Amino acid sequence: MTRFIERHPAWAVILLIAVAILLWLILAVWPPGLEEAIGRKRVFLNAVFNGITLGSLYFLVASGFTLIFGLMRNVNLAHGSLYLFGGYIGYAISTWTGSWVLGFIAAFLGVALLGVVLQIVVFRRMEGQDLRQTMVTIGLSIVFADLMLWVFGGDFYQIQTPNWLVGPIELPLVTAVKSSGEAVYLRYPMVRLVIFVAAVVIGIAMWLALNRTRVGMMVRAGVDDRDMLAATGVPIQLVFVAVFALGAGLAGIAGVVGGTFQSLSPGEDTRFLLASLVVVIVGGMGSIPGAALGALIIGLAEQLGSVYIPTYAIVVTFLIMVLVLALRPQGLLARR
Amino acid sequence: MSLVQGTHQETGRPATARTSWLAWPEFNQPAVWLVALILLIMPAIASNFFLIEIFATTLILGTIALSLMFLAGYGGMVSLMQLTIAGFAAYMVAVFGMSANTNISLGWPWWLATPMALVLATIFGTLGGTLAVRTEGIYTIMITLAIGAAFYYFTNQNWAIFGGHTGINTIATPKFWGVDWRSDIPYYYVTLGVAAFSYFAVQYVSRAPFGLALQGVRDNPRRMATLGFNVNAHRVAAYAFASFIAALGGVLQVWNYRQISPGSVSVGACIDILIIAVVGGITRPVGPYIGAFIFVILRTFALDLLVKFGLDGNRFRLLIGLGFLAIVFWSSDGVIGLWERWRRKAATEGGSHGHR
Repeated sequence: MTRFIERHPAWAVILLIAVAILLWLILAVWPPGLEEAIGRKRVFLNAVFNGITLGSLYFLVASGFTLIFGLMRNVNLAHGSLYLFGGYIGYAISTWTGSWVLGFIAAFLGVALLGVVLQIVVFRRMEGQDLRQTMVTIGLSIVFADLMLWVFGGDFYQIQTPNWLVGPIELPLVTAVKSSGEAVYLRYPMVRLVIFVAAVVIGIAMWLALNRTRVGMMVRAGVDDRDMLAATGVPIQLVFVAVFALGAGLAGIAGVVGGTFQSLSPGEDTRFLLASLVVVIVGGMGSIPGAALGALIIGLAEQLGSVYIPTYAIVVTFLIMVLVLALRPQGLLARR
Repeated sequence: MSLVQGTHQETGRPATARTSWLAWPEFNQPAVWLVALILLIMPAIASNFFLIEIFATTLILGTIALSLMFLAGYGGMVSLMQLTIAGFAAYMVAVFGMSANTNISLGWPWWLATPMALVLATIFGTLGGTLAVRTEGIYTIMITLAIGAAFYYFTNQNWAIFGGHTGINTIATPKFWGVDWRSDIPYYYVTLGVAAFSYFAVQYVSRAPFGLALQGVRDNPRRMATLGFNVNAHRVAAYAFASFIAALGGVLQVWNYRQISPGSVSVGACIDILIIAVVGGITRPVGPYIGAFIFVILRTFALDLLVKFGLDGNRFRLLIGLGFLAIVFWSSDGVIGLWERWRRKAATEGGSHGHR
């Protein structure tokens, strides 16, 4: 952080001002002039919060994607299929058992298992062949998409939110002041906040596991020089299978999350594959903090965009990607 | 990059190959003359359904896939936005030309609207290429896929220019010299002409100094840069050329269906173009046409075939996906690769050195 400020003082100032303005917009009671110019504060706050929670969903998908790509150089364009598959498993299990948490666990385990099979059958045979991996995983995603369409049909599914998460809670953020002088507080769905917190916890845990533990050290060493690591007696293939399982499992979890506060249907797999592509391109390939930052930016851009410039919301996302590519092709937080 | 390496012998004799048309290797093979003859007399032997639904469609999809083949095979850049460029050209024909959506279409005559569409689509593709060449390998695929997806969602949401979700319908097709060029037989010849033009243009460029330099850039960009070639300029120029070819395919497509909607530029359709090019083989220009033929045949008849075997006819994409998987799993350059491997094996009768 301090290094960044020393190196780019101008950018640091701009960022600081932007964050300050954002905080002011969120915390302060809006003066009437501002409200006339850009609409009600409640709408703005909802967009910001939806953006952040959507970002946390994107983070869950993209972090698995970037983990698999950044650490093992495995190009998995079937990652979106893993997301959708996880969602369907979560739906099936949670409606069958009536337990949302069980659906979560089943989705994680099921998709992680599929990931292990993929790693062993596909990626281990094509190590270092980026393009062939791309082609094969594109083929796999077509096959998976059709199989899922076969089993689940073209309907929209929504996973039932568990009772203890249903309903809005009141946040200590004033959205408006009534004429009587009484403050109106923002009410926001509990489940989204819980999911946001969960994403943050998962992200921090993952970063710590990679950077502060022995296994994480092995994984990072294995990426750089796998032969040397294998020579020191580490079961390298086992470690890689474990990382792949984790990455795939994260996509599965994200599927359940997405199925809970959005919906599941054919086509969502491509949507989330693209979202994770854009997120990791913006954030920087192979970096967990990069995925978090990218997911936050894209989530906010999408939600704020769809409120204030509905027609061009998708273009905003794209413009961000172009801008990042033009200024910093390797992504905002890439290591290189 | 195993898919694009080992591109063939024909680059070996650049100087002499251009002295005469007959010196092109294509014209020394009787099989080529036979195929050309069959294609020319096709209207006499095929029904109108086959002519348009199978052969014209094959030629159009093959031309769009050819632009991908050019980028991937000679430039080492796999672009997933070639269909997007074609779709952009198609949209521009609809916007500048005449259609039922009179509040969108400007109503220009076809001979003005078509060149305009081609130029704009080429510019569009070149801009996308400028972006894509900042990255390499798998990143290029991701960027171009993202561009394609952004265009799809944009067309879906923009009502002012692209007609939103419903797209633009009843687009006028050219009629002049007393011929309705969209009626089956003339249209077939138009597509054949465009496909032949694109095919030979790619063949020609691949042996011209520019194409050779591009192949040098593909194989060793650092060395080419040291030799004084502007690597990025060559790559961007390759995108410009490929965009023009793709745009030609897009114009033909919109003339064929007389309508354009976001569905025709969807991500799935973009990936179909990659499948076509890879299944056919991306090491030489004939590959995309072979791939397109297989794809169109499968798409048209898989339903009946699956039903005949007592399966659900809707599983056509599963069939395509599995076939694609099998081909990329076992052959790195598609059907052409398989055929050449088989031919080599037959020629050497199990001789000492096998395939690579």
